[in-house]
Amino acid sequence: MNAIVRYFAGIFKGLKTLATGMKVTGYYFSHARKEIITQQYPENRDTLQMFERFRGIVTMPHDENNEHRCTGCSACEVACPNGSIEILWQRLEDPETGKKKKTIDKFVYHYSMCTLCNLCILACPTDAIKMDQTFEYAVYDRKELTFILNKPGSKVRADVKE
Amino acid sequence: MELVKQQRDTASDLKTQEYFVNMGPQHPSTHGVLRLVLGLDGEIITKVEPHIGYIHRSIEKMCEHDNYRQIVHLTDRMDYLSAHINNEAVCLAVENALEIEVPERARVIRTIFAELTRLASHQLWWGVMGMDLGALTAFLYGFRDREMINDIFEETCGARLTMNYNVPGGVMFDLHPNFHKRVKEFIAHFKTKLPEYDDLLSNNVIFRQRTEGVGILSKEDAISYGVTGPTARASGVSCDVRKLHPYSAYDRVDFKEILMEEGDSFARYKARVLEMWESLSIVEQLIDNIPEGDFQAPTKAVIKLPKGEYYQRVETARGELGVYIVSDGGKSPYRLKFRSPGFSNLFVLEKLAVGSKIADLVAIMSTIDIVVPDIDR
Repeated sequence: MNAIVRYFAGIFKGLKTLATGMKVTGYYFSHARKEIITQQYPENRDTLQMFERFRGIVTMPHDENNEHRCTGCSACEVACPNGSIEILWQRLEDPETGKKKKTIDKFVYHYSMCTLCNLCILACPTDAIKMDQTFEYAVYDRKELTFILNKPGSKVRADVKE
Repeated sequence: MELVKQQRDTASDLKTQEYFVNMGPQHPSTHGVLRLVLGLDGEIITKVEPHIGYIHRSIEKMCEHDNYRQIVHLTDRMDYLSAHINNEAVCLAVENALEIEVPERARVIRTIFAELTRLASHQLWWGVMGMDLGALTAFLYGFRDREMINDIFEETCGARLTMNYNVPGGVMFDLHPNFHKRVKEFIAHFKTKLPEYDDLLSNNVIFRQRTEGVGILSKEDAISYGVTGPTARASGVSCDVRKLHPYSAYDRVDFKEILMEEGDSFARYKARVLEMWESLSIVEQLIDNIPEGDFQAPTKAVIKLPKGEYYQRVETARGELGVYIVSDGGKSPYRLKFRSPGFSNLFVLEKLAVGSKIADLVAIMSTIDIVVPDIDR
């Protein structure tokens, strides 16, 4: 007899806790407009605003004269833990003095190896690189993720000193 | 009735053979690539043998080639759910070795972030625990609240999970102007939502029956296996590093160490849910008292630790994380060892799960809250 009472008591207790749980989910079902937090990601791409500090990819800003602030000092290359930055040099003749001077040829950035730790940005003495907020970089081949950050024909800005 | 009894008698006369089943490496309830070899007698577990190493990335060895600033970002990838606390452990070890005085502001910021990380980790654990036991609703509710914390992290640190916000000497950036507002919003929001957790799971009869009295860990076993964190505190072992060896700003906040007596799966569950309330109160105490000043102490461009051995321990969401640095005076450590909480907590399974059924093993594994990259490193 006792077992039967316990059996039915268990069923009623189960139904009661079920109702308690359903009350919570029922609230969200009836207040869907107020409580909904889901973002329709690929559809809201035009209005999607990332936070300004969000680390998406390393970029090198250029101004309207196609000039950047990178002197090629390779501080970022040293600071990078994964070897995702390579600075390639060239020796160019300075038109004023006629001496040969080391200048940056290519700023090679392997995005596929980058962990976006921000150490290169902190290390840069001239604020030449910064983190960009774009993040959609799915490609079919890893080679496509190697970028050359300085644009072809770009120069170092005159006011940037090493 | 007679027939059933007869069948039962013949069944006990039959010789049964112990057999082995692989659970994992790809199994949803192992939370990553963990392989458990189960010795089974019928459905009763007689032996559990965890096999690890499927996600070993040799982080300790990589640390020997990196300098002390670069090491920090690797620790994000160990226990990714308490990434900030892992960063803090390495930074504290380096700071203690160099005897740098970290600014008050940085210490308070670190503590707030550590507690928010703990909250986020426990919310994820709560959701996944519900999902493991067949309640998908819990998973979505846990992730909803965690999203707010991730947004706070993203705004100030620039990343949601692998934040790399600590640097030796302090933190990387100052707080974002919106930080106070967002944290207060979160506290107000989560205080109303945390009772829902009890309604959905804690008081549910099915959930209670699957966790109460399942996988009892005795106090002696917890100590001898080196179990730490909420898993050990649910068995009555006082092991909270925040309380016993305060670091950062934990000496100035008032919080309780959650101790349980039962040691079963439900006690471990309860310990974590109550810990969420404590973390919430710590954040609440500190958020209005962030001192002004620098957020980073000046350090040399190349950090070189004096020759010697340094040890620092912190309390992550899963237990005690120890960082042991052996320095030969160079710019990278001679040897670096992490004492990760997940490793010790996992291997107590061979004591906990024996005698229970496979379905109970899932509940036990959820409540010890393992993160496999933390175990393998």
